[in-house]
Amino acid sequence: MQTFIDFISFKDPNVFYVVIGMICINSSSALIGSFAYLRKRSLIGDAVAHSLLPGICLGFIMAGEKNMIYLFFGAFFTGWLSTYLVDYIVNKSKIKQDAAIGIVLSSFFALGIVLLTFIQNGGYSDQGGLNHFLFGQAAAINKDELILFAVILAVIVGSIILFYRSFIIVSFNSDYAKSIGLPVRSIEFLMTSLTVLAIAAGIQALGVVLMSALIVTPAAAARFWSHKLKRMLFIAVVFSVFSGLLGAYISYANSNTPTGPWVVMILSIITLISFVGSTKRGILARYLKARKNKSKILLENILKAIYHYHERQNLENDLNLVLASAEILKVRRFDTTELQKGLNQLIRRGFIGRENNNYFLTEEGMTESKRIVRLHRLWEQYLLKRTSMDIFHVHSGAEAIEHILSPEIEKELEKELGIVGIPKEDF
Amino acid sequence: MNENCAIEVHNLTTTYGGAPVLWDVDFDLPAGKIIGVIGPNGSGKTTLLKTIMGLLEPSSGYVKIFNQDLSKMREKIAYVPQRESVDWDFPASVFDVVMMGRYRKGNLFKRTNNTDIEIVEECIEKVGLTEFRNRQIAQLSGGQQQRVFIARALAQKADIYLMDEPFVGVDAATENSILSLLEEMRNTGKTVLIIHHDLQTVSDYFDYLVLLNTRLIAKGTPQDVLTEENLSNAYGGQLTLLAKVANLIKENQFPIREKDVDL
Repeated sequence: MQTFIDFISFKDPNVFYVVIGMICINSSSALIGSFAYLRKRSLIGDAVAHSLLPGICLGFIMAGEKNMIYLFFGAFFTGWLSTYLVDYIVNKSKIKQDAAIGIVLSSFFALGIVLLTFIQNGGYSDQGGLNHFLFGQAAAINKDELILFAVILAVIVGSIILFYRSFIIVSFNSDYAKSIGLPVRSIEFLMTSLTVLAIAAGIQALGVVLMSALIVTPAAAARFWSHKLKRMLFIAVVFSVFSGLLGAYISYANSNTPTGPWVVMILSIITLISFVGSTKRGILARYLKARKNKSKILLENILKAIYHYHERQNLENDLNLVLASAEILKVRRFDTTELQKGLNQLIRRGFIGRENNNYFLTEEGMTESKRIVRLHRLWEQYLLKRTSMDIFHVHSGAEAIEHILSPEIEKELEKELGIVGIPKEDF
Repeated sequence: MNENCAIEVHNLTTTYGGAPVLWDVDFDLPAGKIIGVIGPNGSGKTTLLKTIMGLLEPSSGYVKIFNQDLSKMREKIAYVPQRESVDWDFPASVFDVVMMGRYRKGNLFKRTNNTDIEIVEECIEKVGLTEFRNRQIAQLSGGQQQRVFIARALAQKADIYLMDEPFVGVDAATENSILSLLEEMRNTGKTVLIIHHDLQTVSDYFDYLVLLNTRLIAKGTPQDVLTEENLSNAYGGQLTLLAKVANLIKENQFPIREKDVDL
């Protein structure tokens, strides 16, 4: 608890730098990453991030010390070079993008590791902490870097506001953008450069190995929650900043273990929750809907069975028998526990009444059962009239459909078939 | 040059990976007509449209729009790409996509104004999508998505419309409503160029036809073009020699034309 209070009260001035730094880095990468995601260029982020390592090492060798400006521009240069190479390989050979990314990523990363070992054995005095660039060390953010990160965030936000129309049109349909005369190549170049910039900003805090997650994952998670681009961008930033801060805190509280893995773990959990729980596209929503449909089908089938029972005794105009559940089972073979559950639900909804363990239809139940039987038979008639469906198959063809026909479709069917009331024929 | 010529395609050759996809294609298209481009699969129809639109660089020949270079005529010409060429899961509404039709090189940094909004609403209404105005584009049917693309082109307020297979995946009722929209456009003097694959409907739909199979096989009114000889030239596999030569060119990385030949 004490560490938490220390953390949020900025007792340690470094914590303040880390918090502001993470906000800048994570917002930058989530914003421009969303466009990379929409352009299906997410994997490029991985190539770029890994390709920053040789640039950092070269920057270090050139400066002879850990000069952030040298490191940053070295990283930006090799990162940018890697995206250029991926595009070059794809355009000039038969190698596809996934393979090209794999080739470029691994060769740059290998080169980076070679340079890193070279530096570590090369007797440089100030090389300690260079390997933080592998997995990230948010605690190492200092005041000067903070200014750099803030500038990068400002550049990215400014570009997105200024070029918003260009960015969406190129991301959605670049051929069309070209057809109205937009400089598509320049716009793509700008988007790529901003992506490299955002990734380069994050290497110190997140590390080259995991930085690409900050490009892809917030956008992918946010897409579950919104169909609107602006809202999606906002949600991506919120997810990313939250993970960044929480990750930095955990890393701080655990005697400065690497930050990158924590941040990515939290982001991944958020994505998983989005995947399961999102209202629009999550699997939980789909599961609940499937369950609701199943229950609707069961309830309507029970009402239909009760109607059929009456019809067999020519009592379909009265619908007033009091039945034991065994009698319903004679009409349709329900699973007995399912039937019991369904009957209880129908009672709760007021469609069925109970009398000494026997059941009867209420007023609403009568109307409802008639409606379902009618829909089933209207659909059968429609199939017979409009398709060449065999008369023996018409019943099963209508069996599931009756539950989904809306009142508007019912009206249209009525109009088209010219049938009022419940058709007598049942197939 | 004929006053009434909307698109002039002059001796156009476009190659893909070394092999010619369009080969010395040359024609003038009349303005104010609905024009069909027909031909078998892989005959270069889409390549022709993309080259006219400047999306592909021709290896020789040129295109003129109303006797001008394309760069000067961008705002006069609207392009409807194939529906499958984009990812419809993009987070945008019908309104957002149709609004893209109002974007110009000159107004990218400006805010949307009321005229733009009015035009967009009007175009959405013309294609009958008003009730889906705010619908996410992923939730539309194929035919509705096709109409979104057409509405976007309408919003460009161009004089020439190039459409790549606008009737694919569209039900008969929609096809008819799109067609009457096109006729209405023609009657106000617009030129519409459409890639089409259904030979059954060709003579009903088009005033003028271009029959392609890498080479230009025929051009003219439907009666002139739809002769047995032309069709068997385009579809009947009579052009196998042409394909063999194209393959040879590709394999040997051979130039299609000698540099000093005068066009």
